[in-house]
Amino acid sequence: MAFYRGNEMSEEKILRPDLAIIGGGPAGLAAAAAARSAGAERVLVLEREPLAGGILNQCVHDGFGLVRFGENLTGPEYAARFLQAALAAGVEIRPQTMALELTAQKQLWILGPRGYVRVEAGAVILATGCRERTRGAIQIPGSRPAGVFTAGAAQYYLNRQNLMIGRRVLILGSGDIGLIMARRLTLEGARVLAVVEKMPYAGGLTRNISQCLEDYDIPLYLNHTVTKIEGRQRVESVTVVRLDEAGRAVSGAERVYDCDTVILSVGLIPENELALQAGVELSPVTGGAMVGDDLQTNIPGLFACGNALHVHDLVDYVSAEGETAARNAVTFIRAENRAAARPLIPVRPAAGLRYVMPFFVRPGARPLISLRVKEPLGRRRIVVKAGGRILAERKFPRLAPAKMERLTLREPVPLAATLLEVMIYDS
Amino acid sequence: MEKYFDVAVIGGGAVGCAIARELCRYELAVVLLEKESDVGRGASGRNSAVVHAGFNNPPGSLAARLCVEGCAGFAAACRELAVPYRRSGKLVVALAPEDQPVLERLLAQGQANGVPELALWTPRQARAREPRLDSRGALWSGATGLTNPLLYTIALAENALANGAEIWLNFPVDAVARAGEGFILRAGERSLRAAWIVNAAGLYADRVAALAGDSAYRVYPCRGEYLVLDKQAAALLSTPVYPAPRPGVGGLGVHLTPTVDGNILIGPSAEYIDSRADTGTTAAVMTRLWEEAMRLLPALAQSRVIAAYAGLRSKIIPAGEQNFADFIVEHSRAVPGLINLVGVESPGLTASLPLARRVIRLLDEKMRLKAKPDFQPERKREGEFRFLPPKRRRAAAAADPAAREIVCRCETVTRREILTALNNPLGARALNAVKARSRAMTGRCQGGYCQRRVVAIMMEEYGIRSEDISLNGPESWLFTGAMK
Repeated sequence: MAFYRGNEMSEEKILRPDLAIIGGGPAGLAAAAAARSAGAERVLVLEREPLAGGILNQCVHDGFGLVRFGENLTGPEYAARFLQAALAAGVEIRPQTMALELTAQKQLWILGPRGYVRVEAGAVILATGCRERTRGAIQIPGSRPAGVFTAGAAQYYLNRQNLMIGRRVLILGSGDIGLIMARRLTLEGARVLAVVEKMPYAGGLTRNISQCLEDYDIPLYLNHTVTKIEGRQRVESVTVVRLDEAGRAVSGAERVYDCDTVILSVGLIPENELALQAGVELSPVTGGAMVGDDLQTNIPGLFACGNALHVHDLVDYVSAEGETAARNAVTFIRAENRAAARPLIPVRPAAGLRYVMPFFVRPGARPLISLRVKEPLGRRRIVVKAGGRILAERKFPRLAPAKMERLTLREPVPLAATLLEVMIYDS
Repeated sequence: MEKYFDVAVIGGGAVGCAIARELCRYELAVVLLEKESDVGRGASGRNSAVVHAGFNNPPGSLAARLCVEGCAGFAAACRELAVPYRRSGKLVVALAPEDQPVLERLLAQGQANGVPELALWTPRQARAREPRLDSRGALWSGATGLTNPLLYTIALAENALANGAEIWLNFPVDAVARAGEGFILRAGERSLRAAWIVNAAGLYADRVAALAGDSAYRVYPCRGEYLVLDKQAAALLSTPVYPAPRPGVGGLGVHLTPTVDGNILIGPSAEYIDSRADTGTTAAVMTRLWEEAMRLLPALAQSRVIAAYAGLRSKIIPAGEQNFADFIVEHSRAVPGLINLVGVESPGLTASLPLARRVIRLLDEKMRLKAKPDFQPERKREGEFRFLPPKRRRAAAAADPAAREIVCRCETVTRREILTALNNPLGARALNAVKARSRAMTGRCQGGYCQRRVVAIMMEEYGIRSEDISLNGPESWLFTGAMK
């Protein structure tokens, strides 16, 4: 184990770990420990913050770990368990170190306290998490005053920097972070005027609607959106309008809120700056890599997991996916001299599904299938088929876009299969 | 007693900063007065960032002459001032049969103006330059270039400062009084004396002239909105592409500009508005900009918008009238000692140094200017980390702990670059001042990741209280303070 100490600066020019993991959040830390258990000798985690744990470190609320540990943990508590496990397993974590370049040959250049260093790893795992959609991305018209924050940035200011960002707040988007921030800001003395959601259903989990909005009498307006932000220096007002069924603004249904702060919780996008550089094929739907069931990208030895692959609902599943990526990466390292077989069989989602993970499966594999629906559905049955053969089947009392559903195949993908279909049936 | 200056330049845009900098070549006490918290906060930072060749303006006009002169000297000026510049060339494309004569007229006009490197290109020639461009022909201008207009404006101001000028930020001149041969200028409680006033107030040039007693001008704000595309689109276009101008459209039409920083700009619209402060964007125009961009380059369809902004042109002809009005650079007829620059819109950025030289000639007519022997035209600037090759990155990181930390991920900006930006000689300390100088907060996450890190540096390294951190100055506060 090697740790960075103080201002020490070695003449290090190149590192050759077995496995390099980019990102020390819940995916990366879980992957690191799992890779050691699977037999990888030198496992290196590159973490850009001073402390590993990723976004969990700013999530001071609870609700983490119910699936994994059967316990209700805060974000930092959940992260600490994985950090300790990784360190105990002998993983080297380099904090304050950012991966700047990744080539198609999976060479890495990193910058950190030990300078600008090249990394040649047997395998690389992308565990870079996700970022928030911005005002620019959703093109809200109006002026550009201070006081417009993404929900995660606001959360960091409050929870990590102890800074209060406003007094009268309007929240656009009902994603989970926005809901959590509605409660957090209220508890800190701000007045949260409303949460506005353009879809006819909430973007966040039901438990967050109840615990973060209803418990504090914060109104949620579905089928509404912000059409204008005004204010010369600081936000002064926001125009909210009701949308008809086609998503068009209903004229005369505008309402102007006097507020000094706008929080945007309008979606998360997998962070794939490095993947793009390397030439990884990305899905326009998920924004993440088009991986096989081994979570390998089109670049042999380059794997992706966690929110960098697709945005998850629960961190517990992020960690599990990191572990899967790690086990497959170790298999790859062991067999490195053989060309890695790219999974060949495509997975085709039914029309009502937004996406299905993975995008490809190998014959003989028995992967976990994750999926999200496009819009809320009632009682349905989801079936995974190859040819006429049913490989998995599960009934759901209801399905919601905010929730990621998972199925495990009860038998392996047939060797002769040419297509894996994921179907939705009224049950 | 107020401090005395020989010349007070009002307005810290590209033109005002160029004037202040050029005045420093002479034995003069110069002050530049800017109402905002930094220079370049108006139209100078809200345009297409194009260095025009000079074929858009009527032969014989001041705009045409100064544009051609400015374009010829722009690369050298940028080298001297350590400002990004790229000689990109430019294509004005014909999309319909009726556009062809327009290109021919532009060619003739450009040739009459003395613009070099103009040619009519076949669709095939245009495609050879821009493979994704589908046109019926194009006017090629080889002399057109690109710069970063904010850095250019800042560089001029910094070079003026280094050569002895003073720059007073947050100084909105609200009263001008005669005092003997000269003037007393006030902003609230603060004041100064100046023998000469050069009015380069752009959008407010008419009001500043009126404060001094000259009511001869009227400025009409004409808003231009832009969209900024993610750098992922950069590979799709390397040359600015303009539509053939159509009659009745104020400005040059919605065009595509690949910036020196790797984004593509779509815009501007042209809309006369009543307010001189309303740089807001509108849903209708955003939609139209996108449609126009698709018409010019359908390959952009998959590109992502990361930001939108608007700038205000300072027109001196109202809506509905002819399109062109020439730059005004003249001694005030009503007020001796006042020089006015009015109606300086595009190509004012390109023409900024020639405009400054013209102001100097006007001054020289009235008082013999004496050259200052120790004027230092060069400005030094460290190269950006993101442009360094691996070896030099390694060396930079080895030499400097602050070069080992990336603050802005999207634009690869180091802690050193943030510190340098915060240390700027003008003393501009708002977040947008850091943004303009370092490119932090300009990328695809728009500060989602790095703004808080810049905030932390401001608090830790400069001891700025959270309540005093702002986007553009005191009223654009970010925080109500530390939490209880």
